[in-house]
Amino acid sequence: MGDTVTPMSVDTVSMTGWGRTAPTTALRFRPRTYEEAVIAVTGRGPRGVVARGLGRAHGDAAQNAGGSVVDMSALDRVHAIDPAAGTVVCDAGVSLHRLMEELLPLGRFVPVTPSTRFVTVGGAIGADVHGRNHPSAGSFTRHVRSLDLLTADGTVRTVLPGTDLFDATAGGLGLTGVVLSATLALRPVDTSLMSVETERAADLDAALAGLAATDDRLPYAAARIDLMARGKATGRAVLTRGEHTPLDALPARARQAPLEFRPARLPAAPAYVPEGLLGRTSAALLAELRFRGTRAARARRLQRLSAFLHPLDALPGWNRLHGRGGFVQYRFAVGGGQEEALHRVVRRLSLRRCPAFHAVLQRFGEGGSGWLSFPVPGWTLSFGLPAGLPGLARLLDRLDDEVAAAGGRVCLAEDSRMRPETLAAMYPRLADFRALRAELDPDGAFRSDLSRRLAL
Amino acid sequence: MKDAFGAPQSLLVLGGTSEIGLATARRLIARRTRTVRLAGRPSPALERAAAELRELGAEVRTVAFDALDPASHEEVLGKVFSDGDIDMVLLAFGILGDQARDEEEPLSAVQVAQTNYTGAVSAGLVCAGALQAQGHGSLVVLSSVAGERARRADFIYGSSKAGLDAFAQGLGDALHGTGVHVMVVRPGFVRSRMTAGREEAPLATTPGAVADAIVTGLRRRSETVWVPGALRVVMSALRHVPRPLFRRLPVR
Repeated sequence: MGDTVTPMSVDTVSMTGWGRTAPTTALRFRPRTYEEAVIAVTGRGPRGVVARGLGRAHGDAAQNAGGSVVDMSALDRVHAIDPAAGTVVCDAGVSLHRLMEELLPLGRFVPVTPSTRFVTVGGAIGADVHGRNHPSAGSFTRHVRSLDLLTADGTVRTVLPGTDLFDATAGGLGLTGVVLSATLALRPVDTSLMSVETERAADLDAALAGLAATDDRLPYAAARIDLMARGKATGRAVLTRGEHTPLDALPARARQAPLEFRPARLPAAPAYVPEGLLGRTSAALLAELRFRGTRAARARRLQRLSAFLHPLDALPGWNRLHGRGGFVQYRFAVGGGQEEALHRVVRRLSLRRCPAFHAVLQRFGEGGSGWLSFPVPGWTLSFGLPAGLPGLARLLDRLDDEVAAAGGRVCLAEDSRMRPETLAAMYPRLADFRALRAELDPDGAFRSDLSRRLAL
Repeated sequence: MKDAFGAPQSLLVLGGTSEIGLATARRLIARRTRTVRLAGRPSPALERAAAELRELGAEVRTVAFDALDPASHEEVLGKVFSDGDIDMVLLAFGILGDQARDEEEPLSAVQVAQTNYTGAVSAGLVCAGALQAQGHGSLVVLSSVAGERARRADFIYGSSKAGLDAFAQGLGDALHGTGVHVMVVRPGFVRSRMTAGREEAPLATTPGAVADAIVTGLRRRSETVWVPGALRVVMSALRHVPRPLFRRLPVR
């Protein structure tokens, strides 16, 4: 690790999740080596410690009021890439963006990426993130070959898939320990472009049918839903499907640098935006433009990987566009066969004329092995609403009930408002998770605002 | 912990029989609050208030607390915080006094000042320290428009609230960046037990309306809340009325 001359950066800061609600203050450690991470964890105060990546969890998963937060972003070394085996060994603080920069020139790609590439590997494991290719690729931790976990007693354990500790850590929201490094399996790609097909779906049933009909040829699929459309158009959507473009499908000019990774980047969103900018009018307008701007029939085109998978990453700090009040992200999943519940939720939102932004419907394949991992086979819908929307707290509580009654669940990594009572029904392995934590970490060293709020 | 809408899971009401305090507790229990501590002088009214909130589904306990005994605050309130996080403290105790009598009997005027100001300074500082150690939480202080500009009719009460208001504002600034949020609530004339029999002032409000404003203020993380909101404009105008003219304004 080398000698560190300057001491580890430690400061007291107020933190929120990406939704910018419920700020709390904690002591933030920024380790640059594993040894410093051990010091941060063993030197914790009575209010415990939790790891934090790039702060993309929407709620309070990576906050720890009055305790310690270990900011992992300086622990960002890519140790080894094995092109033959298709694996990479890297620190937990490495972002998926950085991995893409390193891997794409070698013709490799991260097998699962959420809607932003500015998440760390550790964060992706803790939230067990999923991408648009979930039906075929599963969630992130399916591709983790091993990980090094710093536990409460200060020891580092190598955790392999198939063990209880792995299943508790996959999607475990950082509550089993601090992931220090991981070995990931990669997928090969020929180019850094995607072949993308878009089409309109006139209503929710059409969108569901379109997603269900997705074939293996186009493994990435999602529907942008217009939650403000009413009447017959309720749940109308724009379906987008894509695949990694093979080399022979590229035009001659693009073949010269097929693996170039050059994501677009606009100027950052301003620090101050009046609340209500993203209100009903702009939500309806954007949705209308998106729908009308899409050809009714299938259209195929080439798109940069970043534009297809992470469109919002082009606008740094887009979460500030919701103003000081912030926004609340709601993501839930219901099993296949529970389409009626999905219909009810969409109808409810459309009747209330909720100005939902980035509302995305996706299909889920087989769930992962993680005990608190979110995906279950079926459907997932997510959307963001301004936190200041009148009556939003009650509306989301009702959606919780609807989702729980349908045997579904709400995503914890994006949650910022759920009641502890509804949790156990949604996550049947919660008892195992609690038992393992009680044994591994009897003093509750790893804690977060989320774990306090939901009594995890 | 508070959720994204600022709704607390645990609440400590200082002045556990306060109508505004209980109206706020009822609204918060309807949202996320499961644990309530009602602090006040032991009395049947305090127990009745606790029983009423219990019926709404909260786990309620009463805490023997006397604003006039600042020496005990550290111990009494420290024990409440050591039992678990308190997401919100509502500083709701205060007495109106009787202006005419208080002018005659300085000692009863002092009692108004000691309850409303000295007691609140002590309890406020103890709670602020505990909240700061938690790294989160809201301290909601019930001030009054009477503190905004002293009037002939209630300047003893008004001056105590003026002191409390200035204290709470300063405390809020001192705690800025610590994760603790201090909210000063300035209601106008509130129709309640405390003001029963008094002539109503314009823009009068109710404990329920004050409670609603507190809940909204929590979500917005407001630092100052006027109830009703129009009082903000009215009072900022009244503040600048010259003394000779202000004296001649109708009493109510």
